Amino acid sequence: MTTITYDQPDARGHFGQYGGVFVSETLIAALDELKAAYAEAQKDPAFVAEFEYELKHYVGRPSPIYHARRLTEHCGGAQIYLKREDLNHTGAHKVNNCIGQALLARRMGKQRVIAETGAGQHGVATATVAARYGMQCVVYMGAEDMRRQAANVYRMKLLGAEVRAVESGSKTLKDALNEAMRDWVTNVSDTFYIIGTVAGPHPYPMMVRDFQSVIGREAIVQMPEVAGRQPDAVIACVGGGSNAMGIFYPYIPFADVRLIGAEAAGEGVDSGHHAASLTAGRPGVLHGNRTYLLQDEDGQIIETHSISAGLDYPGVGPEHAYLKDSGRAEYQTVTDDEALAAFHDLCRLEGIIPALESSHAIACAMRLAPTLPSDRILLVNLSGRGDKDMHTVAEKSGIHF
Amino acid sequence: MSKIQATFARLQAQGRKALIPFITAGDPDPALTVPLMHALVESGVDIIELGVPFSDPMADGPTIQRASERALEKGVTLRKVLAMVAEFRTQDSETPVVLMGYANPVEAMGVEVFAERAQAAGVDGVLVVDYPPEESADYVAALRRHELDPIFLLAPTSSEQRITEAGTHASGYVYYVSLKGVTGSAALDVAAVAARIPEIRARTGVPVGVGFGIRDAATAGAVAAVADAVVVGSRIIEEIEKSGPGELIDRVRALVAELRRGIDAAGEKA
Repeated sequence: MTTITYDQPDARGHFGQYGGVFVSETLIAALDELKAAYAEAQKDPAFVAEFEYELKHYVGRPSPIYHARRLTEHCGGAQIYLKREDLNHTGAHKVNNCIGQALLARRMGKQRVIAETGAGQHGVATATVAARYGMQCVVYMGAEDMRRQAANVYRMKLLGAEVRAVESGSKTLKDALNEAMRDWVTNVSDTFYIIGTVAGPHPYPMMVRDFQSVIGREAIVQMPEVAGRQPDAVIACVGGGSNAMGIFYPYIPFADVRLIGAEAAGEGVDSGHHAASLTAGRPGVLHGNRTYLLQDEDGQIIETHSISAGLDYPGVGPEHAYLKDSGRAEYQTVTDDEALAAFHDLCRLEGIIPALESSHAIACAMRLAPTLPSDRILLVNLSGRGDKDMHTVAEKSGIHF
Repeated sequence: MSKIQATFARLQAQGRKALIPFITAGDPDPALTVPLMHALVESGVDIIELGVPFSDPMADGPTIQRASERALEKGVTLRKVLAMVAEFRTQDSETPVVLMGYANPVEAMGVEVFAERAQAAGVDGVLVVDYPPEESADYVAALRRHELDPIFLLAPTSSEQRITEAGTHASGYVYYVSLKGVTGSAALDVAAVAARIPEIRARTGVPVGVGFGIRDAATAGAVAAVADAVVVGSRIIEEIEKSGPGELIDRVRALVAELRRGIDAAGEKA
């Protein structure tokens, strides 16, 4: 197996021309403090041991890898394996990162955590760990997303978090992120901002990737046991891109393993109603980093569309931008309809209800599998379970509870 | 000497402090921006900060975000903001104009193209909120090539080292954010501001403007007693929001004249 060396980002958080620290001066000191605290924690065996303990005993890791035989048979071709992040406590990969950041917050003496959320998965994960560690928790969520994800809003409230509706802009994830940043600037001395994806100013993209990379590290150990060898391709959905970075990152040195990201094409990339930043965007600066953005010709960020609230974001983590340009990873698009079809197939063929986000990765694998011989192996990151999406899927099928 | 430097030199000779209002270009209507700029000058301002609307103004509070949204709804773009400055320049060749905004519209135009067009339009300085000094090398070089002053923000949390670093890039003035928070925040601790100004002035070697949280003549006066310039943004935008179409310019005039009196009164006491 051919291996390559990979050493990103640089000391100032640049992944090639992407990433960096594009924030107002008011946030610089807080980011410097975070950078120093994270560097120290990474080297502290006690911190690493506690993170691993929590992942094992609280989250239920390692998450299994499952051979989806009936789905494989249905597609005809390459073998499809699923990394079951949907089986984590709280039902998605998001919790891995939240535990890491909450432990870091506690180490830094911050008693209050804030978060932004789109689908509500990161908000639920943050509210969960805040309860677990006895921290005050405020979650910012776009008013439009609150309507789409009412069950998750209630879940966060049950867990003791305060959910603040964001009424500005498009009332979705990007606006929630703006609002959380504002809270952080204002309350920086006692507040830790738990960003949910591999975006934002340095060190967030690197730190979130590191916490999530437990997914890929486990897979590297599990695949030889379950499938006899490493996969030919690893497939994950990409909104901000944290589940994808989590499974891609440990595989980057394995040059023979294709890394494939599935972006949300919404109603189709040509329709203009989509969230495929890497496929249809241009580099720019938003939310503290330089990356591919969906923007108009004047540099205004445009509103995105995806059936999946978790992929409905006009930017993408800067490391994905770097992996795209360098050719190490490839990015494809999956429409709402394709994701929905994959959602139903996985439900009926495997008895697994996937999140609509993860359904994009499933759809991507279902498209690729029939083009390959049956001795090829695809590993799909099933990043979350779909209970939260019942209403969206039912509505699409004309069913009302 | 740039127009901004000349303005500060003249004010210093007169023993006066600068009043710098911030308005968002195109709010509430693109046709009102240039008349509003002239009215500001007539009411006694020294430099105008003109906001370039952006869809995601992360460092601003709700007031300026609403102004940005109103301007965007009217189709205001960076290109159109530059055209407004050019129009303003046909009648006012003296008052410095500083564009303030976010990186992405500038990058979408191209940093070099932007600097060239800004100079041609008659812009004097540029403040890009999300370009801290460490990400600014190309941008500062482009501004310098086109004789534009790069204005940088400093915060209560800025270290000595960062203040010095900002000083190596900045010219015209530096903008000290007087409190932790976003624009339009409530409280401002004048004593805490006063304690930082001499150090910032010494380390950067340029005049210090203070903004964020200045809402009335008394606070403006208190800040003027310690700083070189007083920046007022959200309070003016609130006045614009509250005004009916016919009374907007008169109400802004009255507010700015009151701020001017507060600042000049502080100058006389000092």
